[in-house]
Amino acid sequence: MEYCAPGTLAEACAALGAASGTVKVMAGGTDLLPRFAAGTPRPALVIDIKKVPEAREIRQLSDGGFVIGSACSGNQISAQTALVASWPGLTEAMDLIGSVQIQGRASLGGNLCNASPAADSVPALIAARARCRIAGSNSERELPVEDVIVSPGRTCLRQDEFIVSFSLPARPQRSADAYLRMTPRTEMDIAIAGAAVNLTLDEHGVIQECHVVLGAVGPIPVYALAAARILLGTRLEDEVRQRFKRQVSVMCRPISDKRGSAEYRTDVTAVLAERAALVAYSRAMA
Amino acid sequence: MNEEPTQYADVAELNSGKLLSGSVVGTRPVRPDGIDKVTGKARFGADIQLPGTLTGVVFRSPHAHARLLKINVSAALALPGVKAIITSDDLPLIAEELAMDKGQPPDFRDMSANILAREKVLYEGHAIAAIAAIDEMTAQQALSLIEVDYAVLPHVIDLQQAMEPDAPLLNEHNITKGIKPAPKKPSNIASRYEQVHGDVAAGFAEAEIIIVEEFTTQPVHQAYIEPHACLAQVAPSGKTDIWCSSQGQFMVQAYCARLLQMPLSDIRVIPMEIGGGFGGKTTVYLEPLAVLLSQKTGCPVRMEMTRAEVFKATGPTSGSYMSIKIGARNDGTIVAVEGVLCYQAGAFPGSPVRLGCMTAFAPYNIPNVKLIGYDVLVNRPKSAAYRAPGAPMASFAAESLIDMLAQKLKMDPIALRMLNAADNGTQTAYGVNFKNIGYRQTLEAARNHPHYSAPLGPHQGRGIASGFWFNIGGHSSAAIRINNDGSVLVSTGNPDIGGSRASMAMMAADILGLAYEQIQVEIVDTSSIAPSDLTGGSRVTFAVGMAVSQAASAVVEDLRRRAALLWQVDQDQVTWSAGFALLMNATTPKRFSLAELAQHSADTGGPITAEITINAQGAGPGFATHICDVELDPETGGVKVLRYTAIQDVGKAIHPAYVEGQMQGGAVQGIGWALNEAYLYDENGRLLNPGFLDYRIPVASDVPMIDTVLVEVPNPRHPFGVKGVGEVPIIPPLGAVANAVARAAGTRLFDLPMSPPAIHKALKRAARRRRQ
Ligand SMILES: Cc1cc2nc3c(=O)[nH]c(=O)nc-3n(C[C@H](O)[C@H](O)[C@H](O)COP(=O)(O)OP(=O)(O)OC[C@H]3O[C@@H](n4cnc5c(N)ncnc54)[C@H](O)[C@@H]3O)c2cc1C
Repeated sequence: MEYCAPGTLAEACAALGAASGTVKVMAGGTDLLPRFAAGTPRPALVIDIKKVPEAREIRQLSDGGFVIGSACSGNQISAQTALVASWPGLTEAMDLIGSVQIQGRASLGGNLCNASPAADSVPALIAARARCRIAGSNSERELPVEDVIVSPGRTCLRQDEFIVSFSLPARPQRSADAYLRMTPRTEMDIAIAGAAVNLTLDEHGVIQECHVVLGAVGPIPVYALAAARILLGTRLEDEVRQRFKRQVSVMCRPISDKRGSAEYRTDVTAVLAERAALVAYSRAMA
Repeated sequence: MNEEPTQYADVAELNSGKLLSGSVVGTRPVRPDGIDKVTGKARFGADIQLPGTLTGVVFRSPHAHARLLKINVSAALALPGVKAIITSDDLPLIAEELAMDKGQPPDFRDMSANILAREKVLYEGHAIAAIAAIDEMTAQQALSLIEVDYAVLPHVIDLQQAMEPDAPLLNEHNITKGIKPAPKKPSNIASRYEQVHGDVAAGFAEAEIIIVEEFTTQPVHQAYIEPHACLAQVAPSGKTDIWCSSQGQFMVQAYCARLLQMPLSDIRVIPMEIGGGFGGKTTVYLEPLAVLLSQKTGCPVRMEMTRAEVFKATGPTSGSYMSIKIGARNDGTIVAVEGVLCYQAGAFPGSPVRLGCMTAFAPYNIPNVKLIGYDVLVNRPKSAAYRAPGAPMASFAAESLIDMLAQKLKMDPIALRMLNAADNGTQTAYGVNFKNIGYRQTLEAARNHPHYSAPLGPHQGRGIASGFWFNIGGHSSAAIRINNDGSVLVSTGNPDIGGSRASMAMMAADILGLAYEQIQVEIVDTSSIAPSDLTGGSRVTFAVGMAVSQAASAVVEDLRRRAALLWQVDQDQVTWSAGFALLMNATTPKRFSLAELAQHSADTGGPITAEITINAQGAGPGFATHICDVELDPETGGVKVLRYTAIQDVGKAIHPAYVEGQMQGGAVQGIGWALNEAYLYDENGRLLNPGFLDYRIPVASDVPMIDTVLVEVPNPRHPFGVKGVGEVPIIPPLGAVANAVARAAGTRLFDLPMSPPAIHKALKRAARRRRQ
C-alpha cells in the first residue's frame, strides 16, 4: 500500500487521475484505518487530502454563507464561533462523532463518503441544504449532499473524484437547525436513530421554511418532505406536532438489527424529530 | 474467585487479637507502580521482545458447533516463514482420573480441549490450531491456508433451549452429576446442586404474602483493557520461561505443567503488569500454545489476542435463568425462599451456579431456604470467573423480590432489609455462622446518608440493594529483605491488580516503623518465592497482607535479636519502635536505627531477611448496600444514572483511595451489566458484537461520580482488621439499578440488560395494560 499527501488541489487531482490500482482518499482516517485492521483489503494507494488547503479551510462568504473544507476536523469546526452560531444543529451533529480523540481527526467529508446510514452529520448537512464541490482528475462539479450517497457504503463519486468542500447557504433571520440522535451510551456509540430539522421563521414565529432529515431509519438518510410540509405555516402547536410525528413514523423504513428493532427505531425517530423541531424553533426565536 | 467459600477454621489466632495500627495504614500515598503506568513505561503481557521472536496466532472455528473431520495444515506449513503449526494432536492426552484434583475444578481435560479443540468445536472462536511464523503478516496469511473439514452440527446458544430434552447435545456423554439415581440419558445439564436449609414447606405455610417471579441475565465479559498476551521461550535443556500477564504466575506455571505434562521445575513464569483481570485471567489460553510452539521451533514465541478473540474465546461470566419464590409475613419477616437457578457454563461445565445459590439471600436471616442450581452447557465460550462469580445475577433476582415485597407491604426498602438482616451468629443457608459482620451497619449508613432522603423529580426512581461475598484467604507467601543501606524490599508472588503493592508496603511500613517511601515492593517470578494462590477472591490485601505482616514481625524480632547481640543484653530488654531498636532500661538509653543494624549485619549473622508462607484463615465476609437514582426518558426508554452511592463494610481500609476505587469500579461494571452489556448472536451462533462498539460497557459520561462510604467493622483475624473488598461492590448494582428503574417506570423489568429498547417496550406494555 502506498501513501501520498499532495499539497495542492491540482496535485491531488493529478494523483487521483494517475492512479492505476485501487485508490482511497483519506481525511481523518477514522473510518478507513480501523477497517484495514478489521481485515478489509488495503487499496494500492491512499491519498491523504489533509494537506490540500481548500479541504482544510473554513470561510464565511460575504453573503453570510459558509464554505467548509471536506477534511476539516470536528475540533476545527467547533472552534468557528460564527459557524456554530449560524448552524448550531450541523455543528452539534459533527461534535457528537466519537470522542475527544476522534474529534481531532474526523471530518464531514469522511462522514459523508463513508456512506453509513447512521452517520451523524449527514442528516444535518442535508437539512442545511449543503452542496458539495467535487473535484476530479479533469473536471469539477457541484452536487447537493443528498445526491452523494447511493446506498450503504456507496457514493456516486467516480474513482478519480473527491469532495473538496461543502457550502452552506446564507441564513435568513430567525433561522436555526438542530440534530438529535438516540444511542444507548452517551458517547462512543452509533445512532439507532437520528433526526435533523432546519427551519426559518417569519417575524410572527410562523415557520416559513423547513427541512427534516431522518438518519439510521433507511439505507440512506430520509429527506422527509411530507413531514416538513406539516410544519410549514405553523408554530409547532400540539396538534401539529402529533401529525408531524405520525408522518415521520410513516416515512421511516428501518431494519431490525443488533442495535434496535424496526419498531423501536420508528417510535424513537418520531420523538427525536419532534424534539429537534422544538429545539430548532426555540433557537430560531432566540 | 475461588470456588470454595472460607470456613471459619479454628486454627490458632494469628496475633494476640489486638489490632495493629500505625501512621501509614489508612493514609493515601501514591502507588509505587503509578508513575510507570501513567507514563507508559510499565511492561504488560505483550511488551517483551527477545531476539528471533516468532509471532504465534490461533486458527479458530467459524462454527458454533461442528465435528472436526480433517485438519490439513500442509499448505500453511509450506508457506515460507511459517515455522510450526500445532493442533490438539500435539497436546498430551490427560486421563480422566487425572483430570481434576480431589474432584475439584479446574478440569484439565476440559481445559486442554478448550485451548485446542479435540474432535469437536463447541463455539465460534474455539481454537483449532496455532501457528508460529516469522512475522504477523506471514502468520495471518498462513491462517488462511489452513483447511478444515467440518460436519456442522445443530447448535444451542439459549440457556432454556439447551435444557430441553431434544436440544442439540454438546457432549454426548454428559450425564448430569448430582442427581440420584443418575439419569440414563445424556443432556446439556452438567450438574445439579441443591442447598436446603430449614423446611420450606413449613415456611411457606406461615407466609401471608408470597411472590414468585422469573428472571434472566445475559453473560457479560470482564472487559479487561489488556487482551491476553504472553511470550514463551524454551531452552534446549527444556527449561521454559513464560512472560505473561495473568492473575497468578504460579497458576500459569501449574496449569502449563499439567496441560503439557512437564515438570513444574522446568517452568518459570515471570509476571508482567496486568491490565485488568476481574477473574478472567485466572486460567490459561495462550501460554501452553506458546510453549509448544517454542518447543517445536526453538525460538521464543509471542502471542497476543485481538479484542475480537477476547470476546469470542475467553470466558464471560454466565448468563442465567432464575425462578424464585419468596414468602413473608405481613410485618415483613421473610419466612421462606425457594427457587431454581440455571447458569450457562458455556462449552464446558463449571458455571458458578453453586455460589449463586449460596450468596443470593446470604444478607438475610431466613429460616427456610431451598435453592436448586443447574450448570448448563451451551455453544458459547467456557465461562470464567468474574468478580464475585455467580453472585450478582442471583442477587439481582433476590434483591428485586425483596423490593417487590417492600412495595407490596408499603414498607421502606431499608427498613424491610433491617428487619431481616443477618447478624453475628446468624446461621447462613449454606452452613456457616457469621462472625464480625457489618451488614446492618451498611444499612444504617445508607438510611442516614443524605442521598437516601434527597428529593426525586418526575420520571426518577431510587433503588436499594445489598450484596454478600465470602472473601477468601489461602496459600500466601511474602519475603522481606533489608538491604545494607537500610532500605526494605518486600517481595510477593501476587500480581498487583488493585493497588496491592501500596497496601503491602503500608502494612510493612507500620510494623517496621518506617516511612512508606522506604519500602519497595516487587512482584517476583515463580523461581524467586514460595508459591502463592492467585490474585482473586478478594484475598491479596487480607491473606498476602497477613504474610507480609508476619514477615515484617519476623524481621523486627530478628532486628531486636541483633541489637541485643550488639549491646550484649537480653533480647527482652530491646524494644522496637518507630524504626529503631531501643534499650531503655540501661543507664544511658541506647538506640540503633534500621540502617545501622543493616550496616552491622555481617557481625550479627549476615543479611537480614524473612520469608513467610501461610495458609491464611479467617477471611471476613463482605457486605454492601448501594443506593441508585435513575431518570427515565419515557418516550425513548433512555436511562440516566443520576446519583449512585456505594456503602460497604471493608473491615479496615489500608489504603482508602484504592478501596474506594474497587467500590467505584465494581459499581460501574454492575451498572453496565444491568443496562447495556450483552452478547448478540446470529442464527448460526456467530457473535455479532465482538468489540466495544456494540458490546457496551459504560463510558465515563454514562455514570455519575460514584459516591462511597467505607464502613469499618474490623476483622479480628487480620493484624490490621482487613476484609476483602474487591468483589462485593459488583453484586448490589444489578438489583439497585433494576429497583430504581422499577420505581421510576412504575413497571418492573425482570430481564437484563435493561437497554433503552427494552425499557421502551416495557413502558409501552405497561401503558397498554393501564388503558385496558
Ligand atoms: C471510536 C469511533 C467513534 C465514532 N463515532 C462516530 C459517531 O458517533 N458518529 C458517526 O457518524 N461516526 C462515528 N465514527 C465514524 C467516523 O469517525 C466518522 O464517520 C468520521 O466523520 C469519518 O471522517 P474521517 O475524516 O476520519 O474519514 P476517513 O476515514 O478518512 O474516510 C472515510 C471514507 O470516506 C472517504 N473519504 C474521506 N474524505 C473524502 C473526501 N473528501 N472525498 C471523497 N471521499 C472521502 C474515504 O475514502 C473513506 O472511504 C466513529 C469512529 C470511531 C473510530
